[in-house]
Amino acid sequence: MQSNGASAVPVLTFRGVSKRFGDVVAARNLDLDVDEGEFLSFLGPSGCGKTTSLRMIAGFEQPSEGDVYLMGERVNGVPAYRRPVNMVFQHYALFPHLDVADNVSYGLRQRRPRPDADAIARRVEAMLEKVRLAGYARRKIWELSGGQQQRVALARALINEPALLLLDEPLAALDRKLRREMQIELQNLQRDLGITFVLVTHDQEEALSMSDRVCIMRDGAIVQIGSPRELYDRPLNRYVADFVGKSNFFAGTLVETGRERVIVSLAGTLRVPAVGGPSVAGMARGQGISLSVRPEQMVLSRDPRSLPADSAVKLEATVRNRIFLGEHTEYLLHETRLGEFLALAPRQTEISEPAFDTGESIHVSWSANAALVLSNE
Amino acid sequence: MTSPWVKRLLLFPATAWMIVMLALPLLVVVVFSFGERGPAGGYVPAFTFDQYLNLPARLAAFRNTLVLAPVGTLLCLLAAYPLAYFLAVKVDPRWRTLLLVLIIVPFWTSILIRTYAWIFILGGQGIPRLLEFVGIEGVRLINTRFAVLTGIVYGYLPLMIFPIYVSLEKLDKRLLEAAADLGSSPAWAFRNITLPLSIPGIATGCMLVFILLMGEFLIPALLGGGKVFFVGNALVDLFLQSRNWAYGSAVAATLVIVMLVTVGLYMKLMRRAGAQRDDVSLF
Repeated sequence: MQSNGASAVPVLTFRGVSKRFGDVVAARNLDLDVDEGEFLSFLGPSGCGKTTSLRMIAGFEQPSEGDVYLMGERVNGVPAYRRPVNMVFQHYALFPHLDVADNVSYGLRQRRPRPDADAIARRVEAMLEKVRLAGYARRKIWELSGGQQQRVALARALINEPALLLLDEPLAALDRKLRREMQIELQNLQRDLGITFVLVTHDQEEALSMSDRVCIMRDGAIVQIGSPRELYDRPLNRYVADFVGKSNFFAGTLVETGRERVIVSLAGTLRVPAVGGPSVAGMARGQGISLSVRPEQMVLSRDPRSLPADSAVKLEATVRNRIFLGEHTEYLLHETRLGEFLALAPRQTEISEPAFDTGESIHVSWSANAALVLSNE
Repeated sequence: MTSPWVKRLLLFPATAWMIVMLALPLLVVVVFSFGERGPAGGYVPAFTFDQYLNLPARLAAFRNTLVLAPVGTLLCLLAAYPLAYFLAVKVDPRWRTLLLVLIIVPFWTSILIRTYAWIFILGGQGIPRLLEFVGIEGVRLINTRFAVLTGIVYGYLPLMIFPIYVSLEKLDKRLLEAAADLGSSPAWAFRNITLPLSIPGIATGCMLVFILLMGEFLIPALLGGGKVFFVGNALVDLFLQSRNWAYGSAVAATLVIVMLVTVGLYMKLMRRAGAQRDDVSLF
């Protein structure tokens, strides 16, 4: 990876960027910096503005308000064909009338002055090798499998050595196993080439496993930007917690607010200590909140004495359903005051205690550190 | 699924039609072309090559057809492509159907009447008269190659527009974005992506227009006024006026051969041009 030392200008900057299509606001007031060599993902459901954001970087759309900068240079109004970025399209958009080599070399052949044929051929060959398609140069596009087409699309973009590579749901059309392989391949390529990647996806697993940072969007706005771990451990609100991994949300009210530790009342009767998330800062006592507890933070046992001593809460619950997931077992539990919630038990706990059966009454606890208070947003 | 008998049954009507209506008459023409003209016209059986040896007498008709049919096709293409592009790419989809219908509307009137209209437009009281008003005198349009070509472009334009429109309409617009993303200005994207991918439409349109033009007789008869005539006019003349069926058959058979050769050459050329692109089917 190359570094520019002190003059670290972000590769991409959004400053107050908004985009309207008629009455519809597709992106509102976006602020964002992406550093060189970074892998950033836009994550959100369809219609959240992530694709519009990507298209504004590529130059297919121009912002209604605000400024887009590439390497410190304002690029508002600069058409796509003059921008130093390249894109991998959702359904690849490979040229059907050109073979693999001609698709890959397209960008080089559009340069003026045009590189000579030998130089182009050499770079195409090297690029095809890099995406593990050596020997496929003269194949027709429609002769290739989905995964191979995906790699041609990657090669066609990467051969131009863009300052920024944009990926629009690049793996959505692949089956699960191939998608996993391509995720790893993409990460390796990104690390090898040191090119900044900006990925758009609605698949949280994909975003979390590949990116350095994830930008979670909703209704055209950025909700939270952070590393996958930050988003998972310290989600800003219920929306983020729900989007990043599975979580249980218990409705409650704020009883006591401290600097770190707060007390929450659940179902009116249950008082539990919890961690005040970033959103607690502006909250008053008595305010309605969501208490988020991840299923894997639940401790389960038949014997109440084997629950950790420092548990924030100890409950008795009935097993409603059990799903075997391989390395984990997922339980749907029911507690009289809290209703239904999920718990995840790792396989090794079954060594000391055999798996619980449906209908069985068991003891559940979680620690105060595992319970996060979130705004209801 | 389908048994061989059902397949044969399905093929029967078309095959029977082709044999009775196409192959047999063609055979008659070939047989007649080796015969002789009867004393009062018509056909007398014989076996002679005289009719074929006489062909140079109708050389002008062949020359006109072989020049004006390709030129007419090319002019049609040049006029139709921008229009088809506009309809398929630029027009608001809400207006598209209406505009497509407008292209077909002239077909609701007979080509004969429409071509007659052109006699007046190009004739002495039409455009030449208008030009006199602005001081340009002595312009003669009717009964020239220009008049015939104008009639051809007017009459055959829709046949060229539709196949090109279809190929442009199904073109994936994302390919143009991909081209732009890779550094192509709109003009280069058109040259590199849109144009090559519309070749099937161009080929189909050219084929349709060219083949029909080779047999054209109405437009040269009305707008060429006996000065610009096609093989089709020679045939009308030979069969209906001079009743020389044997000679007419020889001319007709030669036209079929010329057409087969030209179309064959054309397809071979197109196939070579599309050799690296199997997806671009020519027919």
